[in-house]
Amino acid sequence: MKQLLVALVAGALFGSGLAFSGMADPARVQGFLDLFGQWDPTLAFVMGGAMIPMALAWIIQRRLDQPFADAHFSLPGTSLIDRKLTIGAVLFGAGWGISGLCPGPGLANLALNPLPALAFVGALLVGMIAHRVTS
Amino acid sequence: MLAAFPHAMPVEGLLGGLMIGVAAALMLLGLGRIAGVSGLAARATGIADSGAPRGIAAAFVIGLPVGAFILSWITGGIVTRFPPSILPLLIGGLLVGYGTRLGSGCTSGHGVCGMSRLSPRSLVATAIFMASGFATVALMRAGGLL
Repeated sequence: MKQLLVALVAGALFGSGLAFSGMADPARVQGFLDLFGQWDPTLAFVMGGAMIPMALAWIIQRRLDQPFADAHFSLPGTSLIDRKLTIGAVLFGAGWGISGLCPGPGLANLALNPLPALAFVGALLVGMIAHRVTS
Repeated sequence: MLAAFPHAMPVEGLLGGLMIGVAAALMLLGLGRIAGVSGLAARATGIADSGAPRGIAAAFVIGLPVGAFILSWITGGIVTRFPPSILPLLIGGLLVGYGTRLGSGCTSGHGVCGMSRLSPRSLVATAIFMASGFATVALMRAGGLL
């Protein structure tokens, strides 16, 4: 129960940050990716702002034996760089540019702009299922 | 400082970014997990077999629109401008869904969590999806689609 509450609060804070920062606005995201148009640097500030607490969190994490609401850390490896990673990133970046959305903003927009967000999230899940059935 | 970029929102961007970072730090230090939205969404829906417990994943994913709704209510409304037709949303969604599963992460997992960890895997992934995003939008502009 405590774990679910932590995850819900983290998700809500994450979603509110996406909405406040402009990251949930597809036109702004495309403005950031549009180097040859009227470039909008806002997303660089979002990324920079997010890095500060997380860099501190990683420093704290190294000194902890376990997280405060769970038995152990469950963290992915950091060294594997293979074709799956690179091709996946190319495809993701293309979809990000075409739609102006990545998964977090797509889900947050279910509350801000439900109909187009539903189209994106529906296609997102179909894409995820397609990966599952073909791998 | 930002007179050259009339559309920029540096203060909102930085504050919103800090909120995102604190949320990701809460997942890491509270539950020992990466706040990677693509992985948590796949777990919450049962599309992925491994990863966070489904309840935790679902709680985080449900929190995203809940938080956006609360923020929008507090601030008096957040405007998000979508592409004018549904086609880019469908094509983009398919590519983002497939690509983030194949590449094991998106802007949050590789970008925010992995880069701040100085993970070589995430640094490479982020450099590639950013480059791909820049290239895609440049092609759209060249093709008159923007």
